[in-house]
Amino acid sequence: MADNVKPRVRVPSDATAGEEITIKTLISHTMESGQRKDGDGNPIPRSIINRFTCTFNGEPVIDVTMEPAISTNPYFEFQAIVPESGTFEFTWYDDDGSVYTDSKEITVG
Amino acid sequence: MKLTRRHTLLMAFGSAVAAILPFRAFAAVEDNITAFTGGAAVGTGGITLIAPEIAENGNTVPIEVSAPGAEAIIVFAAGNPTPDVATFNFGPLAAQQSASTRIRLAGTQDVIAIARMPDGSFVQASQEVKVTIGGCGG
Amino acid sequence: MKLLFRGGVVAGALFAALAAQADEEANLVINGDIEITVRTDAPEHVAQLGTIYSGWVFRSDETQSLQMDDFENPGMIFVDDAIDAWNTVDGTAGNSCAACHGEPESLAGVRAVYPKWNDEAEEVRTIAMQVNGCRTERMGAEAWKYDGKEMINMEALIASVSRGMPVDVAIDGPAQSMWELGREIYYTRFGQLDLSCANCHEDNYGNNIRSDHLSQGQINGFPTYRLKNAQLNGVQSRFRGCIRDTRGETYGVGVEELIALELYVASRGNGLSVEGPSVRN
Repeated sequence: MADNVKPRVRVPSDATAGEEITIKTLISHTMESGQRKDGDGNPIPRSIINRFTCTFNGEPVIDVTMEPAISTNPYFEFQAIVPESGTFEFTWYDDDGSVYTDSKEITVG
Repeated sequence: MKLTRRHTLLMAFGSAVAAILPFRAFAAVEDNITAFTGGAAVGTGGITLIAPEIAENGNTVPIEVSAPGAEAIIVFAAGNPTPDVATFNFGPLAAQQSASTRIRLAGTQDVIAIARMPDGSFVQASQEVKVTIGGCGG
Repeated sequence: MKLLFRGGVVAGALFAALAAQADEEANLVINGDIEITVRTDAPEHVAQLGTIYSGWVFRSDETQSLQMDDFENPGMIFVDDAIDAWNTVDGTAGNSCAACHGEPESLAGVRAVYPKWNDEAEEVRTIAMQVNGCRTERMGAEAWKYDGKEMINMEALIASVSRGMPVDVAIDGPAQSMWELGREIYYTRFGQLDLSCANCHEDNYGNNIRSDHLSQGQINGFPTYRLKNAQLNGVQSRFRGCIRDTRGETYGVGVEELIALELYVASRGNGLSVEGPSVRN
C-alpha cells in the first residue's frame, strides 16, 4: 500500500427524500504516472489509483476509470439522488491491489 | 564533424520531422476515441466541458464535464503521452451526469470529452487549455 | 488595477507587463467563515510598497478557488497528518505535543508573530526551530529535519489555527539586528542573473517574468501547497528556490541568513492575515 493514503469525503448528514446532493471526495495519493524518471534517469514505475466508485445502499452512483493523467491527491465532485436514509460507500482501487474505503450515513427526514 | 551543406539539409529534415510530431500525437487520440465509440459518428451539443483557458500549472488543471442523460463520459488530453484521462460511468443514483476532477496536462493542448448516450449515439466537446511554462512560481 | 500593473522596465526583456489572469479584486473567505486580509496598507518600514498584497491575489481564478474551502485545499491533507503527529507520543520523556499544549488551537496566534526573539535561547527563532526545541528539550525526541515532511506538516497545522489573524512580527528590540541582516539580504543581488528579491517582488510585482505572474513574495501563506510539486513547501525552501532561479549559490535551510530573511520578509507582510496552508502555482 502506498504511504499515507487517507480518503476524505464530504456528504451532507441529512436530506429530504429524492433530494439532489453534492458529494466531494479527496484522497491523498502520489499518482505516480510512470512517465517520470528518478535522479539516476531510471523510469519510476507507474503506481496510481485506477478506479473510484460510489454507491448508495448498494446502488451505483458513479464509477470512474482513472488514468495517470489524474492529478496527485485525486479529487472528484459529483451529484447523487438520495431516495431514502442509508449509506454512501466510497471505494478507491490502487494499482498495487490495495483498496481504500470510506462510508457516510445520510438521514432522510 | 565538419558541417557540410548535406548535413545541414539532413538536420533541417530532422527538425521538420519533429515539427509534425504533434499530428502523430493527435492520431493516437483518434485511436483512443475509436476504441470508445467503436467508430460511430460523434455529434456535438448536449455536452459541456469546462476547463480554464490558461492553466497556471499543468499538474493540477480543474475540469468539469456534464452531459444530461449520458451513460458515460470519457475525457482525453490529446497532447499527453497517453491521451486517456478518465471515464465517468453514471449509475441510476447519479443526480446529474456531471463530474469535476483535476487533471495533468503535459503542455498546451485540446481537452476532449465524449459522452455515450443511452441510444448509442455519441457527442463531443473540446477546449484548448494553454499551459503556462514558467517554473519560478511567482 | 493600477498598482498591480506597474510598468517598471528592468533588465531588458526579462519582465513584461502582460494581461494578468488573476482576479485582483477578489477577496478570500475560507470555508465561508475565515476572512483573510489579502490587501492592506503597507507597514511603515516598507512604505515604498504603498499596499501589500497576499500572493493569493496574483493567482488565477482556479488556483484561488482551491484555497477557499478546506476540503478542496490539498494542503489540508497534510494538516491532518500533522494532527496525528501532534497526538503521538515520541521521545524518552513520554510526551506528545498534546501532552503539554492540549489542542492545536491552543497555538492560535503563534504563526502570526514568528520568527520571534527567544529570551532563553538568546536568538531569533522560526517555528521550525521552536518545534525542534520542544522535541529535543521537552520530549527527548530526535529533531526533525528542518524542512522535512514532518516539520512542514506541523508548521501547516500551527499556521492553520492562526488563519485570519494579522501577521505582526516584531522588528525592534533584540530582533533588530537579525531584521537588518534580513533586509540587507533582501536587497542583495544574487546569481548570474544578478537579481535581488526586490528586483522581482518590489520593483516588478504584477508584471510577468516569462509567464509567471510576479507577486510581492509575501510569506503569510506559508507553508504553501504548490501545484508544481503537489506538496507543501516551507518558506526557506522557497527562498532557496528563488536564489537558485537567479542561478546563484544558495544558503542551506536553517542558517542565520535565511532565518534573518524570513524575519524580514515576514515583517513586510505585517497586517496581512496568516493564510497557511495556502495554495499557489
